[in-house]
Amino acid sequence: MKVSEQDRILLKPVEQTTKRFWITAGILFSIWFIGFLAYLKQFYGGLGVTGLSRPTYWGIYITNFVFFIGISHAGTLISAILRISQAEWRRAITRSAEVITVMVLLFGVGNILIDLGRPDRMLNVLKHPHFTSPLLWDVTSITCYLTASTIYLYLPLIPDIARLRDHGTKWKGFYRLLALGWQETPRQKKILERLISIMAIVVIPIAVSVHTVVSYVFSMTIQPMWHSAIFGPYFVVGAIFSGIAALMIAMAIIRKVYHLEEYLKEIHFNYLGILLLVMALLWFYFTFCEYLTVFYGSEPLEMQIFMSKITGPYALYFWTMVACCFVIPFVILANRRTRTVKGTVIASIAVTIGMWLERFTIVVPSLVNPRLPYARGTYYPTLTELAITAGCFAAFILLYMTFTKIFPIVSIWEIEEGRESSLREVHERVKGYLPGMGGKSE
Amino acid sequence: MTRWGMVIDLDKCSACQACVVACQSENNVAPPNQEIHEQGRSIHWIRVLPTFEGTFPHFRMRLFPLPCLHCDNPPCTKVCPVSATYKSEEGIVGQIFARCIGCRYCTTACPYTVREFNWRKPVWPEEMKPIRNRDVSVRPKGVVEKCTLCTHRLQKGREKARVERREMIPEDYIPACVEICPSQAMIFGDLDDPESEVSKLVRSRRAFRLMEDLGTEPKVIYLSEGGGD
Repeated sequence: MKVSEQDRILLKPVEQTTKRFWITAGILFSIWFIGFLAYLKQFYGGLGVTGLSRPTYWGIYITNFVFFIGISHAGTLISAILRISQAEWRRAITRSAEVITVMVLLFGVGNILIDLGRPDRMLNVLKHPHFTSPLLWDVTSITCYLTASTIYLYLPLIPDIARLRDHGTKWKGFYRLLALGWQETPRQKKILERLISIMAIVVIPIAVSVHTVVSYVFSMTIQPMWHSAIFGPYFVVGAIFSGIAALMIAMAIIRKVYHLEEYLKEIHFNYLGILLLVMALLWFYFTFCEYLTVFYGSEPLEMQIFMSKITGPYALYFWTMVACCFVIPFVILANRRTRTVKGTVIASIAVTIGMWLERFTIVVPSLVNPRLPYARGTYYPTLTELAITAGCFAAFILLYMTFTKIFPIVSIWEIEEGRESSLREVHERVKGYLPGMGGKSE
Repeated sequence: MTRWGMVIDLDKCSACQACVVACQSENNVAPPNQEIHEQGRSIHWIRVLPTFEGTFPHFRMRLFPLPCLHCDNPPCTKVCPVSATYKSEEGIVGQIFARCIGCRYCTTACPYTVREFNWRKPVWPEEMKPIRNRDVSVRPKGVVEKCTLCTHRLQKGREKARVERREMIPEDYIPACVEICPSQAMIFGDLDDPESEVSKLVRSRRAFRLMEDLGTEPKVIYLSEGGGD
């Protein structure tokens, strides 16, 4: 299989590694290493090295867990939904989205393991499963999700791996192994396309279930401001919201570093920006519903937590969240002139920060204000917790970068297919929608 | 079927905290030092909880000795992913220390905040080590622990009764806190036995349970103040 001269630029990141790459990788590796040392300290010293104490038993590790699992919705929903709805503009962005999903899930699971008091006993979850626990539903659906999205990443990768096998110079054996003898015969293509469309459909309900179940970890308890039926959909919306934002940041960096302006165009950012705007509005709607009902009911225990978020010690987090998740993205994205690459990236960064804060303001204030009058204090994460968190983020970016050095981050065969056949197909399809144009009517 | 429960008469309780000390030594709870206490990490399976009602000068303080309430519908056991915490047939909410993975889901689910977590390896003064109770395991760091109503005493009492070829009597099983209480404010026994002292007291008009509206159905029942006169 040949890669046309036009698309050679997509193979360049795999073939050439610049000095800048190594420097960035070095910095990220150092941050990861510091985080790793911090974790060793926690592993041997116990969770006493964190800022947690009675009654705040959960802190930023659980925040990170929910946040990372949320980001993972980037890939599946963007890529699977766009693929099913035959949105042609998806071709250049699906791969980068799917990679986010797979990699970020590892860190979501990782943060739960970091949070365990006895990580050496984690296999007890398999040895003594207790099916009434929402944490076990989490284990089940995240495992499903990780498996399904890995397959969903791998399947569309096969034709590109075959191209690398025939074209590249390094690691021929490795690519030959992964290409599974792909020769682009019509039969192979048919099977692959069938499998991709099955996986695209399978992965969507799993993704929805994953974040619903994550929300159940909180809403199944009778803690004030957690015990809420809206949490399921609220978390799913928030997850897609932060997922799109993370994807746009990743795309902007890839576009700049690998000079892929021709592939990741302004129009992609514009469309994704509109999608992000819709999610920002939905997010606002859900947040409004959640907080207004609490306020109107004004149950004393719930009000205590509500007020701690609105005017109390968590007000700074709460209002920053509102600004980052709604005000900033709305102002930027509602205006066509500011919905540029730069504008959408700024909005995306705001959303990512805001969504992390949202998770934090859900997890911590409810625990700091228990029902009984215990001594209360605000929770501040320690340096150890912050170092481990920074390490997770650094490791995620490092893994993502490494992926772009092994596989093309823009799907070559899908771009080719777009050029060769979809132009004609779309032409026919649009004709089919219209009366009196003589297109195929199905 | 036996259903173990406890009644705490707030009229008799002088908040002397003898129960706290007895529980501490009976169950091998490591003594907290100043630093750990200031971090809010000292472990007590029973503590005396102060509550305040009203504002000065119309003000009343109440003190509740608060062990695990051994709910009949416990929120903690449902959420444990590994069944490390469970409700026994006789209603005692137990904890398998050797199985707990330390996810602290039970501690967040418990509305009474009576579950404790070992943030660090427990530190024992050298001279206290030999006098630890051999019937109770010493918990390692990273696991959740809680009041078990001294279940080891239940096992002992049952075995004693069997050896002596007789039925168990109330004196065979008394938790340490109940045994030590100088004003006899704590009464322990079988809630399902209509003749037992606890079940008589539970039927009294003074009986109430903490946060009854949550539907957790605690088996530690309080008798409100002002019943003596």
